[in-house]
Amino acid sequence: MSEENEALFSKKNIKLLTDPLNDNNPITVQVLGICSALAITVQLKPAIVMAIAVVFVLVFSNLIVSLLRNLIPNRIRIIVQLVIVASLVIIVDQVLKAYAFDVSKQLSVFVGLIITNCIIMGRLEAFALGNKPWAAILDGFGNSAGYAVILIIVAFFRELLGSGKLMGYEVLGHKAKTVAESTGLYAWGYENNGFMLLSPMALIVVGVVIWIQRSKNRKLIEA
Amino acid sequence: MNTNSNAYTFIFAIILVTVVAGLLAFTATSLKPLQDENVRNEKMQSILSTIGVDESRENAGNVYKDYIKGEFALKSDGSIDENPEVEAFKINLKNEIKKDADQQRYPIYIAEVKGKTTYIVPLQGTGLWDAIWGYLAVDADENTITGAVFDHAAETPGLGAEIRETWFEEQFIGEQFLKTTGDFSANSFVSVKTVKGGSKADDKHGVDAISGGTITSDKLSIMVEERLERYLPYFEKN
Repeated sequence: MSEENEALFSKKNIKLLTDPLNDNNPITVQVLGICSALAITVQLKPAIVMAIAVVFVLVFSNLIVSLLRNLIPNRIRIIVQLVIVASLVIIVDQVLKAYAFDVSKQLSVFVGLIITNCIIMGRLEAFALGNKPWAAILDGFGNSAGYAVILIIVAFFRELLGSGKLMGYEVLGHKAKTVAESTGLYAWGYENNGFMLLSPMALIVVGVVIWIQRSKNRKLIEA
Repeated sequence: MNTNSNAYTFIFAIILVTVVAGLLAFTATSLKPLQDENVRNEKMQSILSTIGVDESRENAGNVYKDYIKGEFALKSDGSIDENPEVEAFKINLKNEIKKDADQQRYPIYIAEVKGKTTYIVPLQGTGLWDAIWGYLAVDADENTITGAVFDHAAETPGLGAEIRETWFEEQFIGEQFLKTTGDFSANSFVSVKTVKGGSKADDKHGVDAISGGTITSDKLSIMVEERLERYLPYFEKN
């Protein structure tokens, strides 16, 4: 087989990595994994942890399924994929509970819900079952990074506009009970937008991201 | 090899689940001590914060003994269970409240801050979606509440989940659960209730309920009343 000699970062492989970041982004183009984008983007920190967890789960499940792709009986392949994803997610959950207790409390059920994240099952079915391990790793990393980028963008705007903080730091100044005691922007009478904390605003921010992306990237616009 | 035969499918499935089960069991048991430590420290942190001691979770374990001078498991008649196997701190209220009232053990923590005694009563109940719990600090007069901490497993964010916010918890400070201090009879016990539409300023037994979180607020009132009532015999004896 000639593919054996293919360079690790050939043009084709690079495309696996970069495509999901823009042209084929799982959230903004395929509109998958919206549920978690909505739920855990109120603050930046849990969003970053969630993004790392999804990168871990997707890269490893893609790798494992790709390694086993010639061994998995076709009739039970969905169940096998689910078992692999579920065990990886449980491991992530256990590790978070031991080493990042506060974050794990914040993410609560959403860690478990990575199992049902449509991006993961989608990539396993569409890619890992039919491709070699290295390509599957790249594909998994590319797609989860595409997911992570959108998650972090949304969380950035929601935390900044909703609570005036980033990663918990008061970047816009301190809001005291009265305007006179406040510092930074709040001293000018600025108010946080409580709307940004509610789930629908996540969808609206995703919508704005999609709008900007399509106005820059003309080939995404359907005729 | 025919990967579609029944025998192969069965064997594959059996091997897969055995490997996965072993792997998960190993992860879970090896991380358990760290996880338990976190849960323990968090409990200490919550108990300390009712008496106004704000410590980080990591540090809570270290200073806990400086403030908490006694931990007792009470019987339903208010006497202390002297059985050394019953450790108040280790009582899991979630399981305990399922038992009959006279079978339960009621943990109480006694704190001393600057020479002042405070009783800390743990709470456990059900909210709208799942469990709610918390701690109430009761002043040495055995009537006035000096601090409250609540938490929840799955109440609605922004609505019922507000019970764990400072503005809600602070309302309990200064409230009283008895009509007359020192009178622990059923007539005197009124508990502290959440009042829909806001409690009156001179109401010593009510706090503002959460708008949009009525059911969680009501369930919280029920929890506070049910739990506090169990400690009346103890307060009466001391």
